[in-house]
Order: sequence, then C-alpha cells, then structure tokens
Amino acid sequence: MELLMAIVIGILFMCATYLMLSKSMIRIIIGTGLLSHGAHLLILTMGGLKGGSVPLLSDKAASYADPLPQALILTAIVISFGVTSFLLVLAYRSYQELGTDDMEELRGTETNE
Amino acid sequence: MSNLTFLPVLWPLFTGILLIFLAKKITLQRWISLFSSLIGIVISMYLVFSVHSQGILTLGVGSWEAPFGIVIVADMLAALLVLTTNIIGMAILLYSFRTIGAERERHYYYPVFQFLLIGVNGAFLTGDLFNLFVFFEVMLMASYVLLVLGGTKIQLRESLKYIIVNVLSSSFFVIMVAYLYSVLGTLNMAQISQRIEEVNQPAILSVIAIGFLIVFGLKGAIFPLFQWLPGSYYAPPIPVMALFGALLTKVGIYSIFRTYTLMFYHDQDFTHTFLAWLAILTILIGVIGAIAYWDVKKIIIYNIIIAVGVIIFGISVMNEPALSGSILYIIHDMLIKAALFLLIGIMIKISGSTDIRQMGGMIKQYPALAWTFFIAAISLAGIPPFSGFAGKLLILQGAGKAGDYLGMAMVLLSSLMVLYSVMKIFIYGFWGTPKADYREGAVPVNKMLFPAAFLVAISVLYGVGTEFMYPFISQAVETLLNPDIYIKAVLKE
Repeated sequence: MELLMAIVIGILFMCATYLMLSKSMIRIIIGTGLLSHGAHLLILTMGGLKGGSVPLLSDKAASYADPLPQALILTAIVISFGVTSFLLVLAYRSYQELGTDDMEELRGTETNE
Repeated sequence: MSNLTFLPVLWPLFTGILLIFLAKKITLQRWISLFSSLIGIVISMYLVFSVHSQGILTLGVGSWEAPFGIVIVADMLAALLVLTTNIIGMAILLYSFRTIGAERERHYYYPVFQFLLIGVNGAFLTGDLFNLFVFFEVMLMASYVLLVLGGTKIQLRESLKYIIVNVLSSSFFVIMVAYLYSVLGTLNMAQISQRIEEVNQPAILSVIAIGFLIVFGLKGAIFPLFQWLPGSYYAPPIPVMALFGALLTKVGIYSIFRTYTLMFYHDQDFTHTFLAWLAILTILIGVIGAIAYWDVKKIIIYNIIIAVGVIIFGISVMNEPALSGSILYIIHDMLIKAALFLLIGIMIKISGSTDIRQMGGMIKQYPALAWTFFIAAISLAGIPPFSGFAGKLLILQGAGKAGDYLGMAMVLLSSLMVLYSVMKIFIYGFWGTPKADYREGAVPVNKMLFPAAFLVAISVLYGVGTEFMYPFISQAVETLLNPDIYIKAVLKE
C-alpha cells in the first residue's frame, strides 16, 4: 500500500512541477494545488498506513490507527484551501487590472515601475 | 505552566478581532491599536524579566503534557525577539497613522497588522514543529493581504510571485515535516532533539536538515533563494515594507537558529559548513546589490540580505561568542532596518522620487531628519559606540576562534560596503545643491520622524547599553549551546 501511495505522490509532484513551469497563471495555481495535495498524501503515508481501531484509550483494540498524521493533514488541507482561494481571487483581480495572465509579461522591469 | 507565555499571541488576536468590528471608525481603530501595542510591549517586557528570573517558561496548550500536545515555549531568545517585535510594531503603527492613507485604513489595515503580529510572535514562541508551520501560515496570510492592499499594478504583480514562492515553500515545509515524522515519530522540538541525540544524526537526518534549511532559507532570503525578495518588498507602501523588512525575514532566521542549534547540531562538519558557505555567498550578493543600485528602497532592501548573511554566518560558527553576536545582531538589525525604512520613506515623500540622484541638499531644510539618518546609517554599519558594533565584533571573535578567516574577512568587508551604500544615500540625499524647492514645512515631517527617531534612540540605547543587555543575551546563548536545558524545561524530566 505504501508503495502505491509513493507512486501516486510521485505522479502528483510530477504533474505539479510540469504545471508550475508553464506561463499561464491558472495552470500555475492548479500546479500549487496538486503540489500541496501530494505533500498531504506524503504526510499520511509517512506515518505508516496502519490499520486498526480508532485511537481511544478506553477501547481495547489490538492495534490503533496513528491519529497524528490525520490531525496534521487536516490542518494543512484547510490552510492550503485558504491560500489557494486567495490566490485564485488575486489572479482574477490582477487579470482584470493588468490585462494578462502570462507570467512572462508580469516580469519586473528595470526600474520596477 | 504559565499562561503568560501565550499572552503575546492572544493579545493581538483579541485586538485584531475587536478591530474588525470597528472597521468604519478609523480614529477609534487607531487609538485601540496604539493602546494594544503599548500593552503588548508591557506584556513582552514582563515575559523577558520572568524568563530571566524563572528560566524557560512553558505552556501545554489545553493541559496536554509536552510530547503529546502542542507546547508553547518561551526561552530567552524567543522572549527577546517578541519584545523587539512589539516595539517595532508600535513604531510602525505610529508611522502608519500619517502615511498609509484613509483608503487602506478603511480596508482592514489595522486588523491585518495585528494578525501579522500574531503570526510572528507565535512563530517565536512555539515549541512544536508543525505548530511553527501553522504560525508561519498565519503570518504569511497577513503578509499577503498587507502586500496587496491598495491593489496598484505593481502590488498585484509582485504579490502573485510572492504568494507562489511561499506556497511552494509551505509545501516543502509540510514534506519535510512528513519525512522527519517518519524518521523520528515526533514533532515536539525538544523530543526531536532528544531522539536525534540518541541516534546521533545519521545521514538521512542531515538531508532533512538541509531540507529545512531550504524552507527557512526561502523565508529568510539566504543566497540562492532570495530572488523573490527585492521585487516583493519594493511594491508595498513604506510602513508595510518596514514591517516586512524588520520582521518576516527574521522569522526565517529565527527558525534556522532553532533547528540548527536545538536539533541538527551533531553533524556540524556537513550542515554547518554548508550553512557557512551559503552565508558568505549571501553577504556577497547583498553587497553587490547594495552598491549597484541608485534607488533608496533597493539599497536598503539589499542591506537586509547582507544582514541575513552576517547573522547566519554567526549561527554556522556555533560557538559561544559567535552565537551571542548573532543574537545581539539580529535584534539590532530588526530595530535599525525598521528605522531606516521609515526614514527613507520620509525622504521619498519630501523629494517625490526614489532615485538618490534626484534628491539633494535636504540637510538645510530638514536637519533633524538628516542627523537621525546619519546615526541610523553608522549604527547599521557598526561604528563603535552604536548598536551593531558589539554583535559584529562577537561574531568576528567567534569566527577567529573557530579559524574561519574567509568568513571573518567577508563580514569585515561587508561592513565597509554597507557603510559606503548608506553614506551614498546620505551624501546624495542631504548634501549638495537642492534638486527641488524644499520649502520649509512644505512636507510636515515631524510626526513621521518621531517613530523613526524613537527606533533609532532605542537602538542607540541598545548599543550603548550592551553591557546591561549582556546577561539576557548570555542566558539565551546558554540555552542554544546546551539543548539539554531546553529539553528538560519542556519535557519536565
């Protein structure tokens, strides 16, 4: 199972890198989204994909699932959704204001005006 | 257990929430933020003195004991940086009243300002690696809003790049946390340190250490990862720029302090040598930028990068004088960078241009501004009685003790270049014939000059009173050099 997850994470990172290297704003944003999803999956996998009961002290199960990675990705997912939505709004606004979504054209010029 | 430990984070949170509800009443917002930042200074001073008398203070959030729950840890380094943050926050707030403009004030400038302070103070005080990530995000989210607030073309353009770079580094942070968790099975900094000591830092942990260096280096703008900084810091209005320049990069440096002294200190031949080389290259790049530009903002922005290099170099040497030097220097640099940004803000306001070749002869009309700038400039370069000197001297001593003469030469040389770059501003801006008609009182500078002069005065006091500060600094260094103190305080063994 861990092996399969590693391959999935690798594919996600690959797609993210490809998308983030393109010039179009919206592709870059989708790339950052995929990248953070890959990172979240990585957290889940790195804790070890143990099966078992819910981690309650009173419950006398043979094995327990590790709660920490789940708590971590929950936080990380919320943060990444927040940032992504902010980024989407910003991209839309700057498309209106600057008239382009091409990162090539959004370069700083010599005087940075 | 002391609830005081978390108060520097809760207080701005409370203020920020209150301010959101008063969005339309600008005057009230100003008074509340000012009052709140005064209380913030009092709280953090009390924190510094408590840590001084009682040792490291910890708080297990929600009464969960250390390795299981999130801990908030105030050691001396964190407490001193929180105090500095609050002082700078107040000065920049005062400056904002005059310069930020009603439009930005109406659009939640002051609440977001408080949220930035939450993130910065929280990042200094947390004792849990994942919690550090969360506070980083709080700080970054506030910084995105501050950067784009106003929505001019340059701001929108630079914010896009800034956010993308930071999203990338946040993902990296999460990835590195995942790897560290898989190797050590914990995220509590004290417990991480303990477990690394047990396994004596095998190669995989050195790789993770470099991974964390990439993450924090992106935030702190060290050598190959600084390119986003000159553009992004150029775009926002002066108070925001001062806030970023004084606080944001320093949070990255603080995290390097923490990780490289508390956790990854066993394989110094690899990690710390790597750090030293990056520091030297950072200084070099910063120097080239600082002397190449004619734009006041650009010159000061590249000076941030030089200071980052100097502080990181002190960390990489890792002996007692160098670390005390780094701590002295980071506090000095926060104060003086904020002051310099505020001062060049006034110069830009008077002359209407950011190019020093368009300025000139301001000393006749604005002598107070000129001399404040002069003191700030020589403090920055580290001329003896002023702040910056003691820190740099100790870093040099430490480097001499460790036999790193190349680094020593670079730090010394960089001081000269820093002096040259700021004196260039002074000579072109204040001497010579006036390029424009600066009539007396055409621009009322006194109210803007006050916060800058306040910061310069504090930094002068800090420089002259190094002797008084030294017990605090040495207490901070003691914790950094002996991670056992930190581990014992957090895990209560």
